[in-house]
Amino acid sequence: MRSFTYERASSPAEAAAAARAEGAKFIAGGTNLLDLMKLEIETPTHLIDVNGLALDKIETTTEGGLRIGALVRNTDLAADERVRRDYGLLSRALLAGASGQLRNKATTAGNLLQRTRCPYFYDTNQPCNKRQPGSGCAAIGGFSRQHAVIGASEGCIATHPSDMAVAMRALDATVETVRPDGTARSIPIAEFHRLPGDTPHVENVLVPGELITAVTLPRPVGGTHIYHKVRDRASYAFALVSVGAIVQRDGTGHIALGGVAHKPWRVEAAEIEMPRGARAVTVHLLADARPTNENAFKLPLVERTLAAVLAEARS
Amino acid sequence: MRFDTPATTNPIDQLKVVGKPTDRIDGPLKTTGTAPYAYEWHDVVPNQAYGYVVGSAIAKGRIASIDLTDAKAVPGVLAIVTAENAGKLGKGDWNTAKLLGGPDIQHYHQAVALVVAETFEQARAAAQSLRVDYIRAHGAFDLASAKDSAVVPEATPATAVGDFAGAFASAPVQLDATYTTPDQGHAMMEPHASIAAWDGDKLTLWTSNQMIAWSTGDMAKTLGIPKENIRLISPFIGGGFGGKLFVRSDAVLAALGARAARRPVKVALARPFMFNNTTHRPATIQRIRIGATPDGKITAIGHESWSGDLPGGGPENAVQQTSLLYAGANRMTATRLAVLDLPEGNAMRAPGEAPGLMALEIAMDEMAEKLDIDPIEFRILNDTQVDPSNPGRRFSQRQLVECLRIGAERFGWKTRDVQTGGTKTGRIREGRWLIGVGVAAGFRNNLLTRSAARVRLDRPGIVTVETDMTDIGTGSYTIIAQTAAEMMGVPLDKVVVRLGDSSFPVSAGSGGQWGANNSTSGVYAACVKLREAVTQKLGFNTAEAVFEDGNVRLGNRSISLAEAAGEAGLVAEDAIEYGDLAKQYQQSTFAAHFVEVSVDAATGEIRVRRILAVCAAGRILNPKSARSQVIGAMTMGVGAALMEELAVDKRRGFFVNHDLAGYEVPVHADIPHQEVIFLDETDPISSPMKAKGVGELGLCGVGAAIANAIYNATGVRVRDYPITLDKLLPGLPEI
Repeated sequence: MRSFTYERASSPAEAAAAARAEGAKFIAGGTNLLDLMKLEIETPTHLIDVNGLALDKIETTTEGGLRIGALVRNTDLAADERVRRDYGLLSRALLAGASGQLRNKATTAGNLLQRTRCPYFYDTNQPCNKRQPGSGCAAIGGFSRQHAVIGASEGCIATHPSDMAVAMRALDATVETVRPDGTARSIPIAEFHRLPGDTPHVENVLVPGELITAVTLPRPVGGTHIYHKVRDRASYAFALVSVGAIVQRDGTGHIALGGVAHKPWRVEAAEIEMPRGARAVTVHLLADARPTNENAFKLPLVERTLAAVLAEARS
Repeated sequence: MRFDTPATTNPIDQLKVVGKPTDRIDGPLKTTGTAPYAYEWHDVVPNQAYGYVVGSAIAKGRIASIDLTDAKAVPGVLAIVTAENAGKLGKGDWNTAKLLGGPDIQHYHQAVALVVAETFEQARAAAQSLRVDYIRAHGAFDLASAKDSAVVPEATPATAVGDFAGAFASAPVQLDATYTTPDQGHAMMEPHASIAAWDGDKLTLWTSNQMIAWSTGDMAKTLGIPKENIRLISPFIGGGFGGKLFVRSDAVLAALGARAARRPVKVALARPFMFNNTTHRPATIQRIRIGATPDGKITAIGHESWSGDLPGGGPENAVQQTSLLYAGANRMTATRLAVLDLPEGNAMRAPGEAPGLMALEIAMDEMAEKLDIDPIEFRILNDTQVDPSNPGRRFSQRQLVECLRIGAERFGWKTRDVQTGGTKTGRIREGRWLIGVGVAAGFRNNLLTRSAARVRLDRPGIVTVETDMTDIGTGSYTIIAQTAAEMMGVPLDKVVVRLGDSSFPVSAGSGGQWGANNSTSGVYAACVKLREAVTQKLGFNTAEAVFEDGNVRLGNRSISLAEAAGEAGLVAEDAIEYGDLAKQYQQSTFAAHFVEVSVDAATGEIRVRRILAVCAAGRILNPKSARSQVIGAMTMGVGAALMEELAVDKRRGFFVNHDLAGYEVPVHADIPHQEVIFLDETDPISSPMKAKGVGELGLCGVGAAIANAIYNATGVRVRDYPITLDKLLPGLPEI
């Protein structure tokens, strides 16, 4: 771990302004960043602790949705009565992730900003374009069972590890931020995470110093909410594939996938096919998929998991 | 005490203390955090500095240069040890690669330096700023590719009885199948850790080690000093599973670091470093051929296994049980060893049998199906009460048939829907779950080895046992206390047990499930001597004296042990030493494992629903701690069957998933209700304790029982462990 300086921010605008400095990073729950710092995968020179910013409320919006403060802990969000009642997908996705101890610390904004769990990213002896731009990608041609099957690039086949983000994507969440110049903006979740392309180290559209203040959810859309996370062990493992679905009585709805891409994967056009079943949806959802030999199983797995989810929604 | 004739009635047979499900006597220390583990001896020597190990970034090649400049400039750095400045080092008997590498690099994460600093954080930061330039060399990293170059190792010669080739070729029913098991990591909770302190030329090492005497000797060899100058202390161990049988880099580098920094140094291996720096269970490719008559009698059985290791290393002896488990007039086994430049392989819980039975017991299931015979009946048909290669040599005890029959009854095997073979797989469905059951035999040899102890009787009537035996979480403290209490006729709370110190008599140590039987037998021997000392002092006839309730009694005379001890106390030391009963009789332990699984018909997710082990393993010294051993082993079997695999990067030559996020072991949610039955058995040929090992038996066969249950549930036969859902998907029903 490299030496760093540390400050506690007293307002979101002040935090964002301070974070404009080269090498500065926010820290909230620290469940990901501290591990990465110990391994010198992340080497911030300055940490801005945002835990005191009072962004830990869940409020009803005037539109009838929910505004979730950036610092709301995963445990609290999953247990919130309104979330459990109206956004069951979100609650279930949260509870499918990590462990009780980690969820007690992990925050809503931090969850969106998790870094990949690609083992080559974690091993500083190995090339990784995400960790060290231009060094290459050891996962391509290596151990890639967990990796992306769609939207990947020649430079990176990592996946986004979050379960919560998959639910947020299906729920059409919006990320609220404040920029270093003090201006706020709203970023639709669909536009928040980036595909790796030539710059896999740039994982989202935030500008340097930009601070997430909240994630808002539109008014509830009803329907049956299912989160099916498929993994080798029953708990405390990242998804091989996960399906987050909202299914209405008429068979329409929303579907987002985890474990398949560099971001939560959703193709709105594919959802038109939902009444026709899993195969029809998957054809569109995973069109242009380019798996490796080791993770080609994810394609039939997505279809089969989706079929199970749609069957469960019908029953 | 020499043990060369079967045991007769002895004080252990009273079973007043031995055989009871006593709570662990070290439990309160463990649950209150007051049992110090290797890294936690904060107060034993002052001024402890911290060492952090730097591992090689390449798998094979050499170090061109190491630049220490940046690292030395980090505040707090006290010393940096490398092969260049460490002086001449020897190699221990038990490690294959050097524990401090350089200039030649033998495997990924081989230690190349230790940075010592005032704080852990400083040591780590300096270690991360060490600049090492490597010259990469080509290496062999893929067992399948190296298989054809493998040779029969000297240590494990091929075996042959009768005419295997002829009998197999002419057998009416044949199976010829190949199975693979992956590299596996021990993944114990406590990482390897050591604190080293020098006093002149004498070294004290607080460490985490299963085999005190082996490791004292290997430390001496490595450092080039007399072993009398080394004291190794390891009373509490947070799991080992074979990964701590030997001296590893933490111990050697702590000693070198302490010498360089001229103060005590503590070193723990970081978790992501352990999987490539230490040892692992090697991957195997196993070919099994079985020939049988149509009525199910095995006429030919052959088992070959290929594994790899660094030059000078050894094979994974996955065929050893196949010489003994089933009858058959014509047989062969062979191991073959290829050179691989992966980290060194070595023992992991039930080496040999654990991966061997993962293959053999699927093969038996496949053969039963071909024969259209129930898999339990097929195994019973081919039971043998003698060593099949040497029919004059009987098993000392062999209740495999009883394990299978009792297990079948208890598990409800007859309700199984597959008695008539493969066409009936995939028949039982509960909602989205396909349900199946499977069975496998378990087998593990009982190993006998000398074990010594010292027993002291003090004025307050306290019996103190000292032996260098270790307790790696198994319950050694408790069964040793039970043994001493039984022998001396005192309650358990009058016994003090001190373990894991090289200044104590040399025991069997913990490994190969030999610890319990041998170490308690050593304590038995010392207690027999102490009883003699007591009776001689009192002028009692030793044979007629009775030790009970804290007294020694002869006829009407009864004297308390406290009084007998007197002010000076009494001390006795002895060892159990075995004659050739292990040659006259084959000594093994047996089990039957039963498993019910459910498989998600859509996703292929596999969940174990029920699991039962029936064990026949001699006298069970403490049913509670023995049960804990077996359920832990069964859990490890679930991991081996369903998820554990060190993923090899065949280009770069290392285990990629080298942390506990990547190397998955079962969590609570994976483990259902577990049931363990111990058959009521004593084996007087094994030892005066009439006990055997059980801690590894619980693992042997579990993986295959799960594999067979998955086949029963789905009709998909996977011969390549771990059985992950991707291997089932192509065979699952259309959705």
